[in-house]
Amino acid sequence: MNVRTMIDIENIRKDFPILKREVNGYPLAYLDNGASAQRPAAVIDAIGHYYRMEHANVHRGVHFLSQEATRRYEEAREQLRVFINAAHDHEVLFTKGTTDSINLVANCFGRKFLAPGDEILITAMEHHSNIVPWQMICEEKGALLKVVPVADNGELEADAYAQLLNSRTRMVAMTHVSNTLGTINPVKAMIALAHERNIPVLLDGAQAVPHMAVDVQDLDVDFYTFSGHKMFGPTGVGILYGKEHWLRQMPPYQGGGNMIKTVSFEKTTYNTLPHKFEAGTPHIAGGIGLGEAARYLMQLGFDNIRAYEHELLEYATEKLTKTEGMRLIGTAPNKAAVLSFLIDGTHPYDVGMILDKLGIAVRTGHHCNQPLMDRFGIPGTIRASFAFYNTKAEIDRLAAGVERAVTMLQ
Amino acid sequence: MADIKDIQNEIIDEFSLFSEWMEKYEYIIDLGKSLPMIDPKAKVDNNLIKGCQSQVWLQAERTENGKVHFTADSDAIITKGIIALLIRVLDRQTPETIAHAELFFIEAIGLREHLSPTRSNGLVSMVKQMKLYGIAFQAQTGWKKHL
Ligand SMILES: Cc1ncc(COP(=O)(O)O)c(C=O)c1O
Repeated sequence: MNVRTMIDIENIRKDFPILKREVNGYPLAYLDNGASAQRPAAVIDAIGHYYRMEHANVHRGVHFLSQEATRRYEEAREQLRVFINAAHDHEVLFTKGTTDSINLVANCFGRKFLAPGDEILITAMEHHSNIVPWQMICEEKGALLKVVPVADNGELEADAYAQLLNSRTRMVAMTHVSNTLGTINPVKAMIALAHERNIPVLLDGAQAVPHMAVDVQDLDVDFYTFSGHKMFGPTGVGILYGKEHWLRQMPPYQGGGNMIKTVSFEKTTYNTLPHKFEAGTPHIAGGIGLGEAARYLMQLGFDNIRAYEHELLEYATEKLTKTEGMRLIGTAPNKAAVLSFLIDGTHPYDVGMILDKLGIAVRTGHHCNQPLMDRFGIPGTIRASFAFYNTKAEIDRLAAGVERAVTMLQ
Repeated sequence: MADIKDIQNEIIDEFSLFSEWMEKYEYIIDLGKSLPMIDPKAKVDNNLIKGCQSQVWLQAERTENGKVHFTADSDAIITKGIIALLIRVLDRQTPETIAHAELFFIEAIGLREHLSPTRSNGLVSMVKQMKLYGIAFQAQTGWKKHL
């Protein structure tokens, strides 16, 4: 299969208005998709159309617009259910994003199921948002946070994982794809191992859903979380997928409108799923935009996306490793299109500044992975994270920009 | 010691020679490379200003004639070059001058982005810290007068 015939980059780039911008006198080369991706016109238009023509509150009006807004919002939920192949719509909760989704589970699962001496197992490559919520609930409950170490090439240490699972482990919470290393973790096998001990697993899918098809039933994962803005959708909206039997057992997160069935001052009964966890007026436009983003990605097809991004990653890896003193952080065989690196004798911030002057957007710093930086004994990295709208020409510019920065800095 | 307005105008004049950003940055990088190293003994946590992106060490001491002497360092060279400029303006000035300094040259030479809090490179906090040293040394002088 020839990838270039499958994915028509020039046409795809036309879908993303922002890619036409110039920055510092150069065409924008946007290589910071891991932090946040850009939106296609279809998503922007869906949001615009909603506000221009369809807005009303959801789930609470007899009138036409409210009915229509509710229908559009629930269609978006259905779209997202299909996107991750969940069994039921009511297992797909709208949240503010990955961080919010993880906090919800840490709080509600933690309140119900954690006791002193229990353990939560995370990994050394987690984003702060999959560390801190667990730390907080562990502290409250007297539970312990355990950490699966990362090997030098950026893979999780499988033996250590198996050994760390024990009868006190109440939850495994780990990232599907590392935002810094690019490592795609062997989550299906890891979930199966946890399930042998009846331990549920939460996956942080923030960096997975922009790049690959995710099937929560095939993975048999218990909770799956992701953000709209990293998958070409709106900011301020994301998803928490949870298996029905877990969601049913967990107490609600926030109290308010929408999440109740009946309220009296003596007792409130809670609404059914998914509304039990969706207190207050939601980000309706965000949900609709996110549904559109999911539709866009599915239309493009993840087989095409993966094949093309793999080509980009190989090309970038080959090009950039030609630079003298280059040190790649994250060399796992199974990687998403993320390239984290350092160059001897230069500081990531300096390189990032010079690349910015050349119209190339990368991220520098610790990427909200401070413990991981400590693990590798580095202050941070330069990270180029690709999307399907990036081109080899942009990678050429990145490589040339890095060479130029090194010449200036050394 | 020259007036801090004059020093700043001098810097602005120097930078006006550069026609493109590349030359400007090359100059800043050279400044960074030539900034006298901070005494390794001063590279302690007490003197550390942690930015998210780069870190800055700043030490201040009182000279015999009542001025303030700054030495500083950073792990990033562009940050260090800008530090060299800040030190050129504020080093060996009186605490009063430092406490009330208006640093107009930053904007004039097009480096304001480096002193924006969103950069998180430690420079904003460094300028604040320099002024705080000015204020603290000022207070010390005022207090000593009454001894
Ligand atoms: C792996 C991973 N998890 C979680 C997050 C947090 O996502 P958000 O800020 O959208 O909640 C990010 C975003 O940087 C991420 O890369």
